[in-house]
Amino acid sequence: MSTRRSRSRQAGAGRITDEQIDDLMSKLQAILPEARLGRNDRVSAAKVLQEACGYIRSLHREMDDLSERLSELLSTTEMSSAQAAVVRSLLM
Amino acid sequence: MYRRSFKDTRSSLGSPNPNFSKPMVALRFLRALSLVRRSGLGACSPSYRARGIRRAAYACMAASAGPRRAWSRALLRKIRRRPGRGLRRPRAVIWRHRPVGGGDRLEVALRRLVPGGGCMEYCRLLEEAADYVKCLAMQVRLMQTIVDSASHV
Repeated sequence: MSTRRSRSRQAGAGRITDEQIDDLMSKLQAILPEARLGRNDRVSAAKVLQEACGYIRSLHREMDDLSERLSELLSTTEMSSAQAAVVRSLLM
Repeated sequence: MYRRSFKDTRSSLGSPNPNFSKPMVALRFLRALSLVRRSGLGACSPSYRARGIRRAAYACMAASAGPRRAWSRALLRKIRRRPGRGLRRPRAVIWRHRPVGGGDRLEVALRRLVPGGGCMEYCRLLEEAADYVKCLAMQVRLMQTIVDSASHV
């Protein structure tokens, strides 16, 4: 892709190769959930970036939503038993 | 919810931070929640408390990832720079320095989403993004676990 070649040309002393970028792209692709990218081995770099952005945005929204729910729970329930249950489940 | 093995993602990104293990993050966050509860925020509006919890979640996540990562340092800087406290320093000029070449729309979008992604090299951005996504997903899973346990008690 022409954009990748231009990036490797202007990035420092030209030491960053397309292979390195490919490698990092595949690592990023491995982090993303399979449902977003399918099981294809070769997904375009643009698709990986797009899905990564979408995934980060959805995770931010989930964080907001879970914070709201935790805030409600904090005021109504006795958290110590919930905390004990969580710690137990994580340590086992 | 996204099904993924935590072990697989952790081993794919070089040496993991020893502090960043699931029980440690959980304990840190639970302690933060206790502090939020005891600090008298219970009397405030739910949305104010929710913002405090969200800030605690991001702070725990960044603290557990450690200072090795640019995103965790940038996130902690942003959180600790609370608005309205004393004189506001002018925003660091570093945020204005866009990389040479500009990059395409997707790269710019990713730079905005990853903390500290404004002016790092493209390769670094991809690395940081992968680590950030991994930690975010784990924090979300942790909070979901807490909500589920609290709801079923």
